Amino acid sequence: MEQVIQQLINGISLGSIYALMALGYTMVYGIINLINFAHGDIYMIGAYIGFALTTFLNLGFFPSLIISMAVTSLLGVVIEKIAYKPLRKSARITALITAISISLLLEYTMMYFAGPQARTFPKVLKSKSISFLKGNVIMDIKNIYILMITLILMIALQCIVKKTKMGKAMRATSFDSEAAELMGINVDKVISFTFAIGSALAGAAGVLVGIYYNTINPLMGSLPGLKAFVAAVLGGIGTIPGAVLGGFSLGMIETIVSANGGSIYKDAVAFLILIIVLLLKPNGLLGKSIKEKV
Amino acid sequence: MKVFNKGNLLSISGLILFYIIFQILLSTGILDTYIELNIILICINIILAVGLNLITGFTGQFSLGHAAFMSIGAYTSAIITAKLGQPFFVGIILSGIISALAGIIIGIPTLRLRGDYLAIATLGFGEIVKIIALNIDYIGGAIGFNDIPQYTNWTWAFGMTVLAVVLIKNFLNSYQGRACIAIREDEIAAEAMGINTTYYKVLAFAIGAFFAGIAGSLYANYFYFIKPDSFDFMKSIDILVIVVFGGLGSITGSIIGAIVLSVISLLLQSVSDLRMIIYALILFGIMLFRPTGLMGNQEFKIFKKGVNANDSAKG
Repeated sequence: MEQVIQQLINGISLGSIYALMALGYTMVYGIINLINFAHGDIYMIGAYIGFALTTFLNLGFFPSLIISMAVTSLLGVVIEKIAYKPLRKSARITALITAISISLLLEYTMMYFAGPQARTFPKVLKSKSISFLKGNVIMDIKNIYILMITLILMIALQCIVKKTKMGKAMRATSFDSEAAELMGINVDKVISFTFAIGSALAGAAGVLVGIYYNTINPLMGSLPGLKAFVAAVLGGIGTIPGAVLGGFSLGMIETIVSANGGSIYKDAVAFLILIIVLLLKPNGLLGKSIKEKV
Repeated sequence: MKVFNKGNLLSISGLILFYIIFQILLSTGILDTYIELNIILICINIILAVGLNLITGFTGQFSLGHAAFMSIGAYTSAIITAKLGQPFFVGIILSGIISALAGIIIGIPTLRLRGDYLAIATLGFGEIVKIIALNIDYIGGAIGFNDIPQYTNWTWAFGMTVLAVVLIKNFLNSYQGRACIAIREDEIAAEAMGINTTYYKVLAFAIGAFFAGIAGSLYANYFYFIKPDSFDFMKSIDILVIVVFGGLGSITGSIIGAIVLSVISLLLQSVSDLRMIIYALILFGIMLFRPTGLMGNQEFKIFKKGVNANDSAKG
């Protein structure tokens, strides 16, 4: 029982990080149908900014988190303007290769300037663990921070999407971008806004993973990036609740598999579950099925 | 349709001449082993790219797991030649067949998915193959598979490249090939015309996987050593980049793409720190200024008149 609760805590922390990244994937995909492979590297850059701010400028956790989110959201907008906007009308695969080239560019530019070695993220949060159930279950303050920040960001996102005018424009654009444009919505602005929010969430995830695992490196974004995309597809890409559900389920599954001695197989299990879910429910767990019209 | 018409005879004699020239240059040592290595790598890349072009460029099925088939072929060939001591052609044929079987097994369920969902499912398949290979001790696991006999030479590499290109080119001119192209153009319309779309998609997938297996076999028996990480997601992306760079739906585009990209990465060896950055910038530039790739979906023709006559004879 204690074991189960302990795994639940670890799974939720890992799941929060996947969920934050999956939100960025799902929003971008929902609006311009692009698998933004550079998203995982924005997360890496977020982690590095957090690292630089806490190590060299001795900033605290919250200022670093906010500055990191601001910088990554700017980076996301710049990438969208330079790389994806000129290709909006061309084939999907072209945009995809562009996304991959941006991803390589970010990874190796960071490697060139920051060096390929892994860096140790400073311990900005006082390590304070709470143990309960006769000390069999240990919960670190980090886990609580990660979960709380994730929840706050998700609620904020939900408010933006559901309550604001920009959110309404986002939903309209993802539903039918041409019709939205005819209704006077500035689609370019909406897309930039989507990239800004998605990248900010990825930046936050980067800082959180930095304090969670205490180590960062220039290629840290590629596999978590893929897995966050898997999480988004698992939950139903294009839907925000789906990304959250997918992220948390993926985190749980990985923790459970690792805890039962299958840590070397944990990535394989994640992808296997993805394939099975896609075969049974091709639009993901919460995705709406779209009728094809001729 | 005559097999030995003017165009075909010209191409065959051109290919034989090309083969003999390189064979002489390599055996006399004018081209050293380093260049030979790169030529064989180019051949392997051409085989991979042409196979993936059949799947992605001509049938329109977006696969991100092509390196997995290469991996299956490489390991099959390694087991057959190194562990079982069989001759190379047994290894090469069985690699192709086993990869094609893997293609069919993974293709039948996943090819029902469309577009990006198929891409992500094949990506998942590629990662699963890699992780399984990492955990089987018989084939070396994460340490890699050592001491594979070196059988691949210019003759094998060139022969297999020509085989792959000719077979796929002829396949595309056949009834089945046109069915595949119809699926790319409009899957629903193709189905309405009575084309069994699942069958042809799986067929294209199996042929692409077959040649990826052969490419893997050539790779394993050239480099003595393989490890699962050589066939990861980035390798699949590399192959896809060649195909898109050359032009989706252009066989000659894939060949040119493989050669150009290999030469670019060869030239960038000297600036190893900046290599990937420049590579990414070149890729980005090509996609921005020439989104359809070098060749678009056109074929490159030297003997325009001869080839056209050839086409009309076939039509």
